[in-house]
Amino acid sequence: MHLPEAEQLIATLAETMRPRVTPDTCLVGIHTGGVWLAERLHALLGLSQPLGSIDVSFYRDDYSAKGLHPQPRGSKIPFDVEAAHIVIVDDVLYTGRTTRAALNELFDYGRPARVDLAVLIDRGGRELPIAASFCALTLPTPLPAGQNLQLERDDSGALTMRLIHA
Amino acid sequence: MRNPQLNKQGELQHLLTLDGLPRGIITQILDTAAPFTEVAEREVKKLPLLRGKSVFNLFFENSTRTRTTFEIAAKRLSADVINLNVATSSTKKGETLLDTVDNLCAMHADMFVVRHESSGAPHLIAQHLQNTGRDHIHVVNAGDGRHAHPTQGLLDMYTIRHYKKEFHNLTVAIVGDVLHSRVARSQIAALTTLGVPEVRVIGPRTLLPTDVEKMGVRYCATMEEGLKGVDVVMMLRLQNERMNGALLPSPQEFFKVWGLTADKLALAKPDAIVMHPGPMNRGVEIDSAVADGSQAVILPQVTFGIAVRMAVMSMLGSH
Repeated sequence: MHLPEAEQLIATLAETMRPRVTPDTCLVGIHTGGVWLAERLHALLGLSQPLGSIDVSFYRDDYSAKGLHPQPRGSKIPFDVEAAHIVIVDDVLYTGRTTRAALNELFDYGRPARVDLAVLIDRGGRELPIAASFCALTLPTPLPAGQNLQLERDDSGALTMRLIHA
Repeated sequence: MRNPQLNKQGELQHLLTLDGLPRGIITQILDTAAPFTEVAEREVKKLPLLRGKSVFNLFFENSTRTRTTFEIAAKRLSADVINLNVATSSTKKGETLLDTVDNLCAMHADMFVVRHESSGAPHLIAQHLQNTGRDHIHVVNAGDGRHAHPTQGLLDMYTIRHYKKEFHNLTVAIVGDVLHSRVARSQIAALTTLGVPEVRVIGPRTLLPTDVEKMGVRYCATMEEGLKGVDVVMMLRLQNERMNGALLPSPQEFFKVWGLTADKLALAKPDAIVMHPGPMNRGVEIDSAVADGSQAVILPQVTFGIAVRMAVMSMLGSH
């Protein structure tokens, strides 16, 4: 399958979001790809609130089956969640379980006014009633379960989408 | 023989002692604890990792700080916590340790946090659980006799790493009653495993184990010799309740020779930190001016203790 350039997708995503954000909109990236993406969007959209990050490993519903991530990085929410407009940012939307975990965690910090979800690629395969508010690319047919699609970053900071066949 | 603390996959099954615990596991616990310190700043100070699990605090010996921090840690992980003050209940009526454990297993316990005056009691419980095929139940040693107090040792390592970043370039002094101290044994095991090149023990010969050097430490006969140039001073509590016979002249005399005062601390590096596992005997092993001084990190130790215990319990509860 031919994958589009990540940089191109990021630009598309930022333009989709622009009419619907204000300088006070808060971005929260999901580790790890979502954090890289949120950094880019934050700069492109000229947002003033500091960037947040969430590591959902403490909130995953498969914790008892998979165990704890060997190196959890923790979450940083450096703004007041109460009454804020928040956009959760992730590189790929798949089952929706990560998004659910991130929502759960976010609500432990307060009650936001509104929460949106921005993703680069919707790969299909949802297992929960969750949809992206902003999405740069929706794959026409869902990726098979054995394949892993994720954002990668090289030493120079350039981002690329990578498809891994398990 | 397999390490009784690890399961077949090499994951932590019980935490009984730091002696022989692989460096990788110790580091993993410290790394896991780091993000837990941030939970205290949230509006909802809870993570769902142990939701639906029952943690039994089984304290055959009194403790306030350790029991409370274990309880807070388990509650922050959303576990149900049941505190049993066994010292005043069934054992008094003659029930054996393993009968007590079997009864609590029948109440669907998932984890035991055990403090016992006899060395090896938590190990005995862990072995009993293994022999009876109850691998899903975990044991954490919260201090057994003179043997070990692994979570205290771990929180001390977390504190040292927090302030000093690395272990490989440190000189650490442990001062006081090493002979009766399970804390000291756990500290020495962790410090040597993590690669601290010089660990000194300072104290009267009567309060040091014979052959203390075999534990990989250097014995220093005076505070002047032992504190010179150290990065970390770890004070120990004088264990009055464990002392038989005339090991000491008097607390006042002990303070004069072995008590940590500002003058003695001045021999350490200027940025040296002072630690104490608590409860402190002010004016016996530590002067108030030092305990409340700028180099003391005694209260941060308590706070870090919650995150470290959360790390241990979440790692155990994950399989």
